Formats: sequence, structure tokens, C-alpha cells
Amino acid sequence: MTKVFERPKALTDKPFHYCPGCTHGIIHCLVAEVIDELGIREKTIGVAPVGCAVFAYEYFNCDMHEAAHGRAPAVATGIKRVHPDNVVFTYQGDGDLASIGIAEIVHAANRGEKITTIFVNNAIYGMTGGQMAPTSLLGQVTTTSPYGRNPDTEGHPIRVSEMLATVEGAAFIERVSVHDIKNINKAKRAIKKAFQVQLEGKGFAMVEVLSTCPTNWGMTPVESLKWIEENMIPYYPLGIKKEVD
Amino acid sequence: MAKVLMKGNEAIAEAAIQAGCRYFFGYPITPQNEIPAYMAKMLPKVGGCFIQAESEISAINMVYGAAGAGARVMTSSSSPGISLKQEGISYIVGAELPCLIVNIVRGGPGLGGIQPAQSDYFQAVKGGGHGDYHMVVLAPASIQEMVDLVMDGFDIADRYRNPVMVLGDGMLGQMMEPVEFKERDIVLPEKPWATTGNKDGEPRRIINSLFIDAQALEDHVHKLYRKYDEMKKNETRVECYNCENAEIIIVAYGTTARIAKNVIQMAAKEGINLGLIRPITLWPFPDDTIDRWAEADHTKAFLTLEMSMGQMVEDVRLSVNGKKPVYFYGRTGGMVPTPRAVLEEIKKIREVM
Ligand SMILES: Cc1ncc(C[n+]2csc(CCOP(=O)(O)OP(=O)(O)O)c2C)c(N)n1
Ligand code: SF4
Ligand SMILES: [Mg+2]
Repeated sequence: MTKVFERPKALTDKPFHYCPGCTHGIIHCLVAEVIDELGIREKTIGVAPVGCAVFAYEYFNCDMHEAAHGRAPAVATGIKRVHPDNVVFTYQGDGDLASIGIAEIVHAANRGEKITTIFVNNAIYGMTGGQMAPTSLLGQVTTTSPYGRNPDTEGHPIRVSEMLATVEGAAFIERVSVHDIKNINKAKRAIKKAFQVQLEGKGFAMVEVLSTCPTNWGMTPVESLKWIEENMIPYYPLGIKKEVD
Repeated sequence: MAKVLMKGNEAIAEAAIQAGCRYFFGYPITPQNEIPAYMAKMLPKVGGCFIQAESEISAINMVYGAAGAGARVMTSSSSPGISLKQEGISYIVGAELPCLIVNIVRGGPGLGGIQPAQSDYFQAVKGGGHGDYHMVVLAPASIQEMVDLVMDGFDIADRYRNPVMVLGDGMLGQMMEPVEFKERDIVLPEKPWATTGNKDGEPRRIINSLFIDAQALEDHVHKLYRKYDEMKKNETRVECYNCENAEIIIVAYGTTARIAKNVIQMAAKEGINLGLIRPITLWPFPDDTIDRWAEADHTKAFLTLEMSMGQMVEDVRLSVNGKKPVYFYGRTGGMVPTPRAVLEEIKKIREVM
């Protein structure tokens, strides 16, 4: 019998704790498959965030470092400067990266740190129970924007990829989504590219992945996938935002 | 090796390099700017790495990453910047990583001032960041001691896998004294726990301070506290000066200990016999030594001398434990006590004794 699917070597056998229909799991698998395909598992060091992916160090089957909330790019900087020949990646949510850790990500990108960042944008704080994120859409109801996000008082959702594309040290920035098979395949290609950019020493690379949070969006998994397509993508257009040869 | 005349801050940086530190992450703040400047200049020449981070928060988290990756690494700052580093320090302790943190203290609270102070004592020895933890806090009183303690500090940090803080002040950082860099064998320990990449078939390395299960976290904290017990046993350092027959013993560290020695000489000329207990480690605190001198018949009282409103005095009182009266004299905000004023204070104490 031919195996059509097996667990990537870069994932442990620990079952994910993510809610049913949450796409964090898919994104983990994509990152792990890419690590396998590039044959870099033994030299990869991952940095886990604070957010729903806080246990990423239990899932990614490589050396891992658990950072404080938002500080993953600084931690990754420290690791990469000590081990420039290793591959270092961060896996961060939108509260982690776009709010409390916005300084760390901008400056890691600006220094051209040769690290890869997987940025999971689910437009909400998942782990703490559904508060407004800097990426929450206008009108989006969360526990801390109960009347819907109002731009006059809460500002507009931040487009991190477009912003980081303006930063000199960034070598590769792409926004992808995982709401259907076609896009999942595209997301994997982008993630692979972001690791290759690091291997080639070109500079900072980030893939922003639009992701679901059925639990805190108050939707079924299927409705959530549709919500990405109908509400997130129009505001967060997919595609490569920056690519340096 | 011959003695060289050096500014305190530069001596710290040179000592760190000679101790094998190759990674420095910091952010500018007066009065410690000579440390990062020296590192920026010298580290690239010895194959090291200097980064001026975007903030003290980032700097300490770079330290966290580099320490987890197995490097001998340090950061330095002054009071407001050290406040920002507290989150990272707590994580570094929790994840059991070694590193050196230098605080060249200035007056506070808030933006405070840029003149020397000792008002970060509580922050340094009572935690500062969140959670149950301690770190060894070294308090040099001369540039030579600064050099020696920086070098020792890295070894202590490695021995216990715990951060070590060197607590100086703007005076020590800025003044110049002759120093000798003693030849040492630098033996960097094996760090099998460090993130270097997971070879097939070997256990993964995970640097982490998260223990979601309460029992597991309690067990972890108990493990940390067993290390702290070892530190108390092995690392407590103190200088006792002229304490035999002293009627009043001054307790002071760092810059104020230097002042105390002047006071002792001035007092001797007036026939007043004073002693000095100088904690070199502020944590672990030399409570046994203080207790021993409190027991002595000739000791009538203690005077704690600080450049603060009285922080270490609480630990002195705990150590003396009511056996003798403990008085306090301090200046704060960057003001430095004069020997004359301290002697006046001593005379007042003698009147009520
Ligand atoms: C300093 C600090 N502040 C706040 C928190 C609480 N906290 C934990 S996760 C989180 C938000 C995570 O949201 P996000 O990064 O979007 O990740 P998600 O859970 O959505 O994947 C917050 C605020 C914390 N752990 N540390
Ligand atoms: S709370 Fe949201 S982001 Fe977190 S695991 Fe559940 S669905 Fe996923
Ligand atoms: Mg989120």
C-alpha cells in the first residue's frame, strides 16, 4: 500500500489542543512539511509565541524556545546571532505580533534578521477569550468591542504585511490564506519560499496567514472559512507584498 | 598584568570580554553609555556580536534567546531601563538560563535623574519581576572589584543557570581607578540543554518557563529554591572592616561603603571606634555575619548608610533581629552623603545610646 499522507517528521505525535475547525493546526502542518522538504529539521530552532500557539514547542519536532508575549522576534534575533548557520523561525498570532510585539517585529525586519516569521492573523485574541486585536475588522464584535470595532475610537485594522513591505531589511513578505485547498497549497509555497529566503541569507522573511477562530468568532468551522473569504480577504488582499531577488 | 587606569563602565565591558562574553544587547541610557559603546567597538574585533536593540525589552529578550542558544551573554542599563527588563529577567530565571545584567543605578522614581543612587535595591534583591525568584546580586565598591565581580558573575550564572546582577551606581560607573585584569582560565561549561538544532535520535531542547499544571509549577519553583539554598551556602560574600571592638557598625555597600571607610577614619581621630560591614552580595544577604556582630558585647548599635530612603536597612533589621538598635542615614535623588554628615549622625546616636 502506498502512504498518501503521513505526519511530517517535523511534527511530534502530540495531539493538537486547538479547537475543532481552527486553522492553527493546518498552518503547523504546512510549516512542518516545509521543514521536512527542505531537509532542515536538525538545524531548525523555533520560537513559540504567547497565544493559542503557546504550546507550539510541544508540536514542532525541533529545538524550541518559548518567548514572552510579542518578544519572539527579539528572542529569535538572539538565537540567530549565536547560531547564524541554523534556521530560526517564529510563529506568532496577531495580538502577539501586531500589538504588544509590533516594535520587535518591525525592528527585526529592519535589521534584516535572517529569520522566518509565520504570522497567524485571525483578527482576534483567541487564547484570552476573544478580545479585539489590532487586526480585528471594522464593525467586528469582540468582548472588548461589544458594539463593533469603531474606527473613531479603536482605529483601523493594521495591515502588517503592507507595512513591513516598506521596511528595507525585509526580503520577502507574502499574505496567504488557508480557507480552501487551493489557498492552502499557495500558503505552503509561500512558507517554503520564506524559509528558502533565510537559507539564502537574503534577509527577513514573513508569511501572514489569514486564519480562523471559530470559537471566538461564534461561527461554525465552515462559516469561519467563508468569513475569511468574504470579509478578511477584501480588507487583507492576498499576494506577495515584497520580494527581493 | 600591569595596572591600567580605566573608567568603571569601560572596565565592566573589558572584564566581560575577557571573561569570554561575546554577545551584548543593550539600549542607550545615562550613566552607563560607555558599556555599550565599548562593546560596540570591541566585540566585532573578537568575533562577537553587539546589537543596539529597539528597547530594553527587546535587549533582554535577545539576551534570553542568546542565553538559550548557549552563549555567554550580557546586557547593561540604568534604573528606568532595568524596570523594562523585568519581564525578561523573570522569564530567564523561569527558563533557568545564565546571563549577566548590569544596573548602573541612577535616582528615581520615574525618569528621576542621572546622578548616582542606590534606590534600586528592593528591585534587585526582592524580585523586581513577577514570580517567586532570586538572582545573585553583586555590589562592587571599586573599579577593581567591579572587574573581578563581573568575571565571577558569569561563572556564578553558569553554575546555577540563573541570571546574575551587578549593581553599581553612576559614581562607580563614571569614576576612574587603576585596575588589573588578572589572568584567568576561561572555562565555558558544556551546555547540553542549549538550542543548537536537534540531531536525529537525540532529545529535543526546549527553553521554557510555562508550567500550566499547578503541581508541575510548584515542583519547578521548589527546584529553583533548592538552587537558591545552594547560592546562600556558597555565594554569600561580605567584607568586615574594623569591626573588632567597634561600638557602632556601619552597614553599607558600593559607593556608600567607600564613604563609610572615610567616616571610620575621621571618627578614629576623635576617639570613636566604628566598624563597617560591607555586603558584597546583596542577595544572598550576609545575615549570619551581621547577626554575629550583633551578638558582640562591644557592638552598641548599627547605622545603615544608603543613597536611598532606606531599603537595605530592612534586611539589616531582619538580620540584627532586635538584638541591637538599627539606625538609618541616607541621601537620595542623586545626592551623595558626606562623611561629615554621617559622622554627625553617629554622634547623635552616641548621645542616645
Ligand atoms: C505580557 C502579557 N500580556 C498579556 C498576556 C495575556 N495574553 C495571552 S495570549 C494573548 C493574546 C493572544 O492573541 P494572539 O496573539 O492573536 O494569538 P491567538 O490566540 O489569537 O492565536 C494575551 C493578551 C500575556 N500572556 N502576557
Ligand atoms: S480559541 Fe480560536 S485561535 Fe484559539 S484554538 Fe480555539 S479556534 Fe483556534
Ligand atoms: Mg489572534
